[in-house]
Amino acid sequence: MKTVTAETDKQRWERETLEPSLKKAPERPVAFTTISGRAVDRLTTPDDLEGFDYARELNNPGEYPYTRGIHPTGYRGKLWTMRQFAGFGTPEETNERYKTLLKAGGTGLSVAFDLPTLMGRDPDHELSLGETGKCGVSVMSLADMERLFEGISLGGITTSMTINSPAPMIFAMYLVVAEKQGADWKKLSGTIQNDILKEFIAQKEYIFPPRESMRLITDIFAFCTKEVPKWNTISVSGYHIREAGSTSVQELAFTLRDGIEYVQYGVDAGLDVDDFAPQISFFFNSHSDFFEEIAKFRAARKIWADVMRNRFGAKNERSWKLRFHTQTAGVSLTAQQPYNNVVRTALQALAAVLGGTNSLHTNSLDEALALPTAEAATLALRTQQIIAVESGVTNVVDPLGGSYFIEKLTLDMERGARKYFDTIDRMGGMVEAIEQGYPQREIAEASYRFQQAVERREKIIVGVNDYVQEDEPPYPILYIDETAAEMQIKRLAELKQTRDNAQVARTLEALRQTARGTANTMPALLDCVRAYATVGEMCDALREVWGEYVEVPSI
Amino acid sequence: MRKIRVVIAKPGLDGHDRGAKVIARALRDAGMEVIYTGLRQTPEQIVGAALQEDADVIGLSILSGAHMHICPRVTALLREKGLDDVLMVIGGIIPDVDIPKLKAAGVRGIFLPGTPMQAIIDFINGNVRSRVEQV
Repeated sequence: MKTVTAETDKQRWERETLEPSLKKAPERPVAFTTISGRAVDRLTTPDDLEGFDYARELNNPGEYPYTRGIHPTGYRGKLWTMRQFAGFGTPEETNERYKTLLKAGGTGLSVAFDLPTLMGRDPDHELSLGETGKCGVSVMSLADMERLFEGISLGGITTSMTINSPAPMIFAMYLVVAEKQGADWKKLSGTIQNDILKEFIAQKEYIFPPRESMRLITDIFAFCTKEVPKWNTISVSGYHIREAGSTSVQELAFTLRDGIEYVQYGVDAGLDVDDFAPQISFFFNSHSDFFEEIAKFRAARKIWADVMRNRFGAKNERSWKLRFHTQTAGVSLTAQQPYNNVVRTALQALAAVLGGTNSLHTNSLDEALALPTAEAATLALRTQQIIAVESGVTNVVDPLGGSYFIEKLTLDMERGARKYFDTIDRMGGMVEAIEQGYPQREIAEASYRFQQAVERREKIIVGVNDYVQEDEPPYPILYIDETAAEMQIKRLAELKQTRDNAQVARTLEALRQTARGTANTMPALLDCVRAYATVGEMCDALREVWGEYVEVPSI
Repeated sequence: MRKIRVVIAKPGLDGHDRGAKVIARALRDAGMEVIYTGLRQTPEQIVGAALQEDADVIGLSILSGAHMHICPRVTALLREKGLDDVLMVIGGIIPDVDIPKLKAAGVRGIFLPGTPMQAIIDFINGNVRSRVEQV
């Protein structure tokens, strides 16, 4: 017997209204796809949301599963934290930039470290040649950390530090500076990125092998639970995954699956999930496809709430609530016609706000050319302030909730992410998937597909493959010369002459011993830091015990 | 005659390999033989790879600002090893003021953000030493 399905209202509309219209006036001959290559239906109606249950899929803000936001008042209570990532040259130069940003109304600090610091190398190492102070600030030892926060009270501000492999060393330095300022660790608030999995997947700033790296992270979870309870111990990051070329769904899926991996390792290390999960935060990219990004943020909250409650059995509501920082997409910035980047960034920032971000960094217009000038960084901050106080979008909680299109897209994003979860679970987890090169390959393929679409002009980038302008006037950039490197190398030599080197050797040996055993590494690292051991020395001590990770090159 | 052989490398400490991998795939799809060295290669390792692979082209991806240190060392080592005819090109974030200095140091092609892949393929075809088959 043949089943006859009744025509839906949408099908009726397509037949009666759309088709005659298309005959007269066809649509533009372009691919209607998101920046991730997802096909977009021209219209979403209630027919696309059959069986949609408000309480199950959305619920009200502040209520499980938090699709509409974690705060009942949205931004009416507190605006997002305007946290501009900054760092270059010497600690003194960066300290000055921080004071400028705070004076301009910035509400949190965010430290960008240079590549030697991120890779656990001192400025006098062969591989540090030409890198010191270039992409961020150089912090070799406690002395530099003291210079970086000179005149800034760590008890009175929240600081985010983008540091991963050497996160425990840098965090230990921050704690000792706070201690010297007389601040109470129990009240300190801020974030360390401390997300090694996305380094193996995307940004590739790894030092130690995956399992030893995971131990450092669970050591921080355990240490902070007791000693620094308000600190965000990890910022599980999709930002870099997206910048490496992933799609929006891949960013969502790999980031949340990384989050699951960290929680699992914490539980396996004997921690109670509700003791450490509330201090886990997330970090997403806000790219150029407006609605796809908003749906991604909403789906992220919903999936995480379910994962924490049902996969891990967390009882504390704070464990269920996904809090996240957002940065606008650096990769979307163009070197051509740089002023266009202000517009791109504003739209991406608006998507982050409509998606309910808890803090935000807006990129500067000159970042496809160099690190930003102070003027460009200020304009980027102003962009956030205009959205916050002039646009009116902060008056209402989740203004797009209930949009057929947004809700359908949110469900689609969730489905896509869960499909990836299944694949990765079958591989045994994210560490295993990374060891097999799975997320790395998925991202490389997506990034090549996008580049090919740009080459074929299926995807248009204004000023790059269309609307091109010849003879652009030069744009004045921030040029970072070698003075910071020279200064830091000189300081390093001085440090090694003035500190108690016997004490440094003793604390480093204790660190090696701890690494060979199973005790928490944080107390040993704090002792090294107090003795003014350098980041390079502490990382070398662990390299000696654990070895280094080397990626098998593959395109 | 044989296919153009290209060594693509990421020197310095930076791990952002999206550009290097995309261009490696594009050159391969254009018919060249591509050897990707992976991350954190010293100038010595890069030139060693070029020698061992009998490369016609070396392509470096540098986003971190370390180009003024790395590139002149690579070209000097190429001269030292008698590999002057290897075409050295770089891509990345390179301030305008550095471009003449890099060219003077022997970097032949400098590709900035937004360069079409085809432009890089065309440049290599037009400038590679003549004993290889162009694509």
